[in-house]
Amino acid sequence: MSTPMIEMHGIVKTYFEGKPNALEILHGIDLVVQPGEFVSIVGESGSGKSTLMNLIGALDRPSKGSYRLDGVDVSHASDRQLSEIRNRKIGFVFQNFNLIGRSNAQKNVELPLLYAGVPARERSRRAKELLELVGMGQRSRHKPAELSGGQKQRVAIARALACEAPLLLADEPTGALDTATSRTVMDLFHRLHKEQGKTIVLITHSPQLAAETERVITLMDGCIVGEEKGGAYHDG
Amino acid sequence: MMDNIRLAFASLFANKLRALLTMLGIIIGIGAVIGIVTVGDSLTGSITDSMNSMGASNITVSLQRKSSTDQGALLFGRSNPEAKDLITPTMIEEYKSQFGDQIDTIALSRQMGSGQVEVEENSANITITGVNGDYKTVANPTMLYGRFVQDSDNQRMLAVVSDVFVEEIFPGQQNVLGESFDVVVNNAILRFYIVGVYEYQSEGMISMDNSDPVTTAYIPVEAARKLLGESEGYQSLTVVGASGQDNTALMEQTEDFFASYYTHNNSYTIAASSLESMMSTLTEMLDTIKLAVAAIAAISLLVGGIGVMNIMLVSITERTREIGVRKALGAPNSAIRVQFITESVVICLAGGALGIAVGIALGAWGAGMLGYPARPSITAIAIAVGFSMAIGVFFGYYPANKAAKLDPIEALRYE
Repeated sequence: MSTPMIEMHGIVKTYFEGKPNALEILHGIDLVVQPGEFVSIVGESGSGKSTLMNLIGALDRPSKGSYRLDGVDVSHASDRQLSEIRNRKIGFVFQNFNLIGRSNAQKNVELPLLYAGVPARERSRRAKELLELVGMGQRSRHKPAELSGGQKQRVAIARALACEAPLLLADEPTGALDTATSRTVMDLFHRLHKEQGKTIVLITHSPQLAAETERVITLMDGCIVGEEKGGAYHDG
Repeated sequence: MMDNIRLAFASLFANKLRALLTMLGIIIGIGAVIGIVTVGDSLTGSITDSMNSMGASNITVSLQRKSSTDQGALLFGRSNPEAKDLITPTMIEEYKSQFGDQIDTIALSRQMGSGQVEVEENSANITITGVNGDYKTVANPTMLYGRFVQDSDNQRMLAVVSDVFVEEIFPGQQNVLGESFDVVVNNAILRFYIVGVYEYQSEGMISMDNSDPVTTAYIPVEAARKLLGESEGYQSLTVVGASGQDNTALMEQTEDFFASYYTHNNSYTIAASSLESMMSTLTEMLDTIKLAVAAIAAISLLVGGIGVMNIMLVSITERTREIGVRKALGAPNSAIRVQFITESVVICLAGGALGIAVGIALGAWGAGMLGYPARPSITAIAIAVGFSMAIGVFFGYYPANKAAKLDPIEALRYE
């Protein structure tokens, strides 16, 4: 069997560690996601979803437990190593897009490549290619303010794909979009999953969206309380 | 790096007014320094040029009152020494025999005072100076026609006058050699015959109102002595050192030599000076002024730098989210730090560039006001560029480091 994409064992996350107001958010999470899986994590607000996402996304280190991402140990990585892991292994898609307002679509897509040290010409070529892939080829010179919500999210997805990260981590990617645009964005995720074999972890509070994924993991009060098979998505 | 610079310019242009206001401190600081240094350099340069043309290495030996030692008395203190106080021909002979190989000429002069000349309807003011033949080497007048005073003129009542004087007294007359004029000096009417005319040159250094200048009429020094009824002796003399001579050393030796005659004189002593030494005093003075200006500028740059730091902190707070996104996309701390330091350096360099432009304009204007050609100091400009870069790095480091150390999660959550 191949190396799991995400391999978490006994993950505990405590804030204000060692202080009187110490707060344990995650109480021992075990989670394994295989390469090419499309998994969703659902849960009420306060369930620890965001904390788990931050850990999966290598934005933070667990207080206890071990986490290997695509075979790389994240639990003990340095800040510098974490940034490299984020750059190479993870494509982030945020609820509020988080595009850089002063830069146009293409420059936004080029950003992760810049930090990966890719030369300018190659960056530009790759960014154009990706914008084409998400159907934003015509808008590469537009600034985020000149794009609609759905268009912004497609640019953000192109950016997440820039470094060919094996894992796409989407945090409420349709949270700021209307139903119709949500649909196009979800379709895009399904396409990337099927056609490019991307591993996708979708964090959402919408049961309908979660049901579209292959596996739904339910989080409550910092523990995984349920796991069901999804797969309600059929294209076209 | 190029991307960082482009990024820095983009954020600069996104907030034009703010960037300009931030740069103002640096613009003023650097502008002031370059402006003042330019004016100072122009002044020094012009003075040096004009002094060199006036014979900067000539050593002037003159009587000086013992009580007053300041420069003013040396330059203008025309007191009336008694006969016993004067520099005697004996002293000069001994001086010649001792330093003969080091000196070229010794020019003697004796002020007779000034007076008004009236010929028919015309009048002019002149000062009368008795000189010897060697004086020509020192004063180096441009003779238009006729001749200069010679030692063989002895006590004859001859005069060499300026073209300005001629124009005043004998308007339109081509040749005035042999003409005579009367002048009242010290309650006596004296008549002189003109033997030569020189071209009057306004003194470049102190350019006062030149519409009606008092020009000098040179007469034989012996004639002056006789007219004044004094014993043989001089109030001052000018020594021209032999070429290739260390004039500073000669000046000191000359002063010591003559001063030795005055050890027991209660009221007078001898001071030797040259334009060269005065010039170095002047240059030192200007350098002190420059230093003071530099200090003021440094304060202004410090204030400017703090302004830059402040605006960088504001900018980082505003862009917390952007920093979070960059970090999520894999930017290491060092990349964020470099980005913001670059931005602050760009602000400072842009301020520096504008400051240099302002300074050159200011310097050109200032030098123009004083009537000298502007000489923008390349050194000052280079230092200004270096300094503004240093400010950028120094005052940009703290905010940039703060940005680099932001927690990505906190930064992403920032509203």
